[in-house]
Amino acid sequence: MSRRSLTLLKNLARNANGSGIQTRSVTYMPRPGDGAPRAVTLIPGDGIGPLVTNAVEQVMEAMHAPIFFEKYDVHGEMSRMPPEVMESIRKNKVCLKGGLKTPVGGGVSSLNVQLRKELDLFASLVNCFNLPGLPTRHENVDIVVIRENTEGEYAGLEHEVVPGVVESLKVITKFCSERIAKYAFEYAYLNNRKKVTAVHKANIMKLADGLFLESCREVAKKYPSITYNEIIVDNCCMQLVAKPEQFDVMVTPNLYGNLVANTAAGIAGGTGVMPGGNVGADHAVFEQGASAGNVGKDKIVLENKANPVALLLSSAMMLRHLQFPSFADRLETAVKKVIAEGNCRTKDLGGTSTTQQVVDAVIAKLD
Amino acid sequence: MARRSASMLSRLLANPSSPFTAPSRSITYMPRPGDGAPRIVTLIPGDGIGPLVTGAVEQVMEAMHAPVHFERYEVRGNMRKVPEEVIESVKRNKVCLKGGLATPVGGGVSSLNMQLRKELDIYASLVNCINVPGLVTRHENVDIVVIRENTEGEYSGLEHEVVPGVVESLKVITKFCSERIARYAFEYAYLNNRKKVTAVHKANIMKLADGLFLESCREVAKKYSGITYNEIIVDNCCMQLVAKPEQFDVMVTPNLYGNLIANTAAGIAGGTGVMPGGNVGAEHAIFEQGASAGNVGNDKIVEQKKANPVALLLSSAMMLRHLRFPTFADRLETAVKQVIQEGKCRTKDLGGDCTTQEVVDAVIAALE
Repeated sequence: MSRRSLTLLKNLARNANGSGIQTRSVTYMPRPGDGAPRAVTLIPGDGIGPLVTNAVEQVMEAMHAPIFFEKYDVHGEMSRMPPEVMESIRKNKVCLKGGLKTPVGGGVSSLNVQLRKELDLFASLVNCFNLPGLPTRHENVDIVVIRENTEGEYAGLEHEVVPGVVESLKVITKFCSERIAKYAFEYAYLNNRKKVTAVHKANIMKLADGLFLESCREVAKKYPSITYNEIIVDNCCMQLVAKPEQFDVMVTPNLYGNLVANTAAGIAGGTGVMPGGNVGADHAVFEQGASAGNVGKDKIVLENKANPVALLLSSAMMLRHLQFPSFADRLETAVKKVIAEGNCRTKDLGGTSTTQQVVDAVIAKLD
Repeated sequence: MARRSASMLSRLLANPSSPFTAPSRSITYMPRPGDGAPRIVTLIPGDGIGPLVTGAVEQVMEAMHAPVHFERYEVRGNMRKVPEEVIESVKRNKVCLKGGLATPVGGGVSSLNMQLRKELDIYASLVNCINVPGLVTRHENVDIVVIRENTEGEYSGLEHEVVPGVVESLKVITKFCSERIARYAFEYAYLNNRKKVTAVHKANIMKLADGLFLESCREVAKKYSGITYNEIIVDNCCMQLVAKPEQFDVMVTPNLYGNLIANTAAGIAGGTGVMPGGNVGAEHAIFEQGASAGNVGNDKIVEQKKANPVALLLSSAMMLRHLRFPTFADRLETAVKQVIQEGKCRTKDLGGDCTTQEVVDAVIAALE
């Protein structure tokens, strides 16, 4: 009996995949010329930006990925994005960036928002999901937050009516609401998602958020197999922290999307690990998923202890966007293995490693 | 001892891992706006088992609500040439899915499969021969990709009778074609993280023809220093394939050797009924059963409707990836592999007794 159970056990152990991260063989048939290297604009940014973008550069080189970066120095206190950077992005169509720090008050508008508006990157996408091996207070989180990126509360139209009275315009248009709703349902259809939830506060802002909801409802009619529902943003925040598994894809206007994305990222493991990107009809900019404008404290920068995982996973999304799926798979698998093992984690995940240690661990795990 | 194994068992059973439960890895695909727009694909059912297996693909695509429409055209192997409107359609849609077209032996009617590939300049044929989990074969650890030049070589179709009783058949090898197939093979290896490319040849006998092929491969190999390159004579290759198939990774071959190697590799890994494959050129792509696409089965299989649809289903998953619908491709592949692994629903060539329709129903039931 013991001899039999030993062989049984050996067979089970051979087939058991301890971390649940499998390497399946998928046949990709490239077109001739698909291996030609692509140029990607790189904006290191402020604060922890240069640290984490450098991490991506190192890993890309270790993989011999067919990417080369055109680096541009942009800082948050510049008054506008330099024209050569915009030209570069228009030429390359794809950009990877660290955060640009927006000064509070002061009349300097956010360069992050300026980039999105000029290139009309109307959809921001953040995938918040539990990473295997990283225990959090919430299980079964797999939420994709799709956020309208160009209007809403971020229109930037403010004026002082009389001294001591300021009006800030929140602009909602049918055009933008319709296209973000269309993108959200198209995303759900293409990625086999079952439910789209619209987040709003139309009981209070009846016309503005009401217009947003109307557009979502119209688009929902064209996708009968995808469930559509609506939730008021305050209840949504509570439901997120109570029962996150009820949410699948969430489509939101600009400000609510920012808050919901950060909350969802927080319950799933933190903004240091969630991948995300911004996409428009012609261009795409990849950056840390949620809270991209948060460039970290000086202490983290000094000690070089920023978490590169979010930007590494976003650069895997970028590789997929550039149609290099095998490289994307390898990068994601290596990063997830490093997290699952748990030896090499930065402070926000409960460890004490530096950025460089995490990068070295990821490079070691590449196959 | 029994106590130790009990604790090991309970630990192992606590993390059950079947590789083909729904892939729980979350891969974030960020589509471009408009990526969900449906694509049109030319469909050529063909002869013999062709209509049966292409019908299977149509059913599964519909069950998945895949954003693909088929434009169907009837073409038979005994037509003299591929109808104009079919070529137009493939040129317009850029992608085609087909069953096999039976080429009559002798008789002067040239193969329509070949004609299609030459007219659209679809110069690379790719077959992935890999052990399918759950399907037991005599050879383990087989994962070979055969990349075969599709337009010249022994298949030039240039033959003439010099004098009665003496026929010359021209095998044409050009630097242009050899170079581009070598470049495609190395690019494939680079993009798919493959470590080795093996060129198959018979240059000891055909010193100039296969020698030119080898030269082109060696030149391209110099540009890919991270990939191992070696050469093997085709007769030794056939023997090595059946003795130690795990030594091969990507194989690049001229036309005829590629046909034979692909069929052999498919056979050792589970049979031509399950291997996916496709043909690609600079602008167009045709997906069909991986190896032996011209073999349309015998009448008995057609009557009893017991053809194996797995190869064409997996090829249509490759097609979905080619059309940039990766999630649909993943779902289709997972469902098909689950059905094979479970082993209840297999056609005759895999040792079972099911009909095509039963396999299709099982795959549709396994879709998530």
